[in-house]
Amino acid sequence: MGILKTFALGGIHPKENKLSVNAVIETLAIPKQAFIPMGQNLGAPSKPVVKRGDKVKTGQLLAEASGFISTPIHSPVSGTIFKIDNILNSSGYKQLGIIINVEGDEWDEIIDRSEELVSNIDYSSQEIIDKVKSAGIVGMGGATFPTYVKLMPPPGNTAEYLIINGVECEPYLTSDHRLMLEKGKEIVVGTQLLMKALNVTKAIIGIENNKPDAINHMTELVKAAEGISIMPLKVQYPQGGEKQLIKAAVNREVPSGKLPIAVGCVVQNVGTAFAVYEAVQKNKPLFERVVTVTGKAIKKPSNFLVRIGTPIKELIDAAEGLPENTGKIINGGPMMGKAISSTDIPIVKGSSGILLMENEESHRETESPCIRCSKCTYVCPMGLEPFLLSKVSKLGKFDIAEEEMIMDCIECGSCQYTCPANIPLLDYLRLGKNKTGAIIRSRGKTG
Amino acid sequence: MDNIILIAIAALGGVGFVAAVILFFIAKTFKVYEDPNIDTVEEALPAANCGGCGFPGCRAFAEATVKSAKDTKSLVGLNCSVGGKETMQEVGTILGLAVEASDPLIAVIRCNGTPTNHPAKAKYEGATSCAFAHALSGGEGGCQYSCLGLGDCEVACDFDALFMNSETGLPVVNDKCTACNACVVACPRDIIELRKRGPKERRIFVSCVNAEKGGSARKNCQTACIGCGKCEKVCKFDAITITSFLAYINFENCTLCRKCVEVCPTNAIWEVNFKPRKPKAERPASVVERKVSPTAIEGKPIPLIVTIAAEQQQKPENKEDNKENKE
Repeated sequence: MGILKTFALGGIHPKENKLSVNAVIETLAIPKQAFIPMGQNLGAPSKPVVKRGDKVKTGQLLAEASGFISTPIHSPVSGTIFKIDNILNSSGYKQLGIIINVEGDEWDEIIDRSEELVSNIDYSSQEIIDKVKSAGIVGMGGATFPTYVKLMPPPGNTAEYLIINGVECEPYLTSDHRLMLEKGKEIVVGTQLLMKALNVTKAIIGIENNKPDAINHMTELVKAAEGISIMPLKVQYPQGGEKQLIKAAVNREVPSGKLPIAVGCVVQNVGTAFAVYEAVQKNKPLFERVVTVTGKAIKKPSNFLVRIGTPIKELIDAAEGLPENTGKIINGGPMMGKAISSTDIPIVKGSSGILLMENEESHRETESPCIRCSKCTYVCPMGLEPFLLSKVSKLGKFDIAEEEMIMDCIECGSCQYTCPANIPLLDYLRLGKNKTGAIIRSRGKTG
Repeated sequence: MDNIILIAIAALGGVGFVAAVILFFIAKTFKVYEDPNIDTVEEALPAANCGGCGFPGCRAFAEATVKSAKDTKSLVGLNCSVGGKETMQEVGTILGLAVEASDPLIAVIRCNGTPTNHPAKAKYEGATSCAFAHALSGGEGGCQYSCLGLGDCEVACDFDALFMNSETGLPVVNDKCTACNACVVACPRDIIELRKRGPKERRIFVSCVNAEKGGSARKNCQTACIGCGKCEKVCKFDAITITSFLAYINFENCTLCRKCVEVCPTNAIWEVNFKPRKPKAERPASVVERKVSPTAIEGKPIPLIVTIAAEQQQKPENKEDNKENKE
């Protein structure tokens, strides 16, 4: 193996802590009640098509897409609709959702429940896209961007490479890693389906070098598949970011404000590739996913196959309970995840992990003044100046923030991780990005 | 020697004269006429440049008043809340117009989420900015409408009129408030409202902005408005309206009769600067004492006695209202 590739600018290497790496994916018991929020994708929330008292089967349509960037939601359980009401989502805000009382587990007839691998692709490109769309598949890496939108390049752009993201650069998380080890064949077929949908001949599966078993396993599997190659990458956070992965894999830079398709690339997560396989070959809509439950104090770090809508507390119970010294529960990875305020919050399509932090390590250090060490600028993978952006955001000078390209920030948190003065740089960057984005949008409206 | 000095004086003097002549003509030709009233009005204004009037600074407001006086012969819609009645009358005298006295306003905090009423279930650690905390999470206590207590309003206030109370975690407005609207704009949760100061600074308002259903609102906060509608029924002046489980008192119609305060089962309606009521036989606890009564903390139904007493007084009317509602 020669010199391993990685992205060009910045990056950090936090302690990996992949505690659950050897835990085989277990299927979690179906909860008694499932809570399904309607906003499970980036873009417009879905619109319920069922009403209170309706009987639903597993895999049946619950809510339809409302707008172009929106996806349908399918029932993860079978039972009766208990209520359509506001339920808590991961941000602690209430949002419209459907609550289902679970009765048994009766699946929709069209779903093929056999374990058999279906590797023949007898669908056209458009059929695959339609199936992906109606199965409600979103980016499983966490951003939850509707997958079918990515499969339809805007006019004037053509895809050249399909990049499958098996990087999993977040510390602690192992769901993608385990998925590659256990469902590698399905991922390869899913990749072929995505290649056909996009009409590309080259696909690259990028995997970081800290998963040698996954690299070897996948390399074995793709030998027979034409056009797919495995690319081991140097361990560097945030390599799982779309733009960073494209730079690392094909050495192309996505221009500011543009989508990856502008440089002929489409990036999909391995989890998405697996979901595409299930949707197209098995007629199974997206209603379950692999979630890592991990943490230093937790007794049994695990990877669970979970139905969407399962409350987080059920996962924690299955991993042998909440440790006493838990200080923080994070939905997602430690770098980009969000601390949650209640364990009643359900698993959604974008949840990749639940991390329990010990009390000692979960609090922030006291902030001290900036010493202009420029570490944040050095590690920023987008080549921005976080110290400056956070300052201007704090002062409300959003015109300067826009000039300094605050909208290019991918919110990876490398700057805050590395800051020796413990300044909450990312907090202010997010605030600034939020406000600057609102200003830019309002400008677009008024002309 | 003398010659050189004379030449220098003549040359410089000559240049100066020519320049003066040019400047004189330029000043004549390009003169911009500005109403002298603008300067006079500006001097009368408080020079706080707070923007509370809706114009960028006092000068712009002065220009607007003079223009309005010229064009429409009135000052309707123009008000300097900082200067108040006196300033506006002075402006009126300068411009030779009568000014209608507008009621002075004050900012009120419509949240009572103290640690006792709205106990924290999680702890927020991060940037000290309400705007950021609002974008990130629903808040420490679970009420997604509650005050975040990080003091964006305090920072926005230019008049030292608003301070965060470290005990309650809520902002407190003092008499210096000029109703400039800065805190209202700064609050990401629309908790602060400008309301009439009222006679003798007496005010009644609903100290809650939670638009959730009663049950869920009450789960997180003891003094949340649950939208029960008791105040709406008891109000004789059509001042109270309930939209999405939240009562709102229109201060234009409110006569400060305090009936709504008496019937509110969760003490969400606040009265400010009233004298404590005389204790009556059927009303054992005064309203001020009720605010953090022990029952409220334990989560049991709050002062039933008061509610029943108040309802008995209003019995005939209540019945009629009930019928109307059912129809």
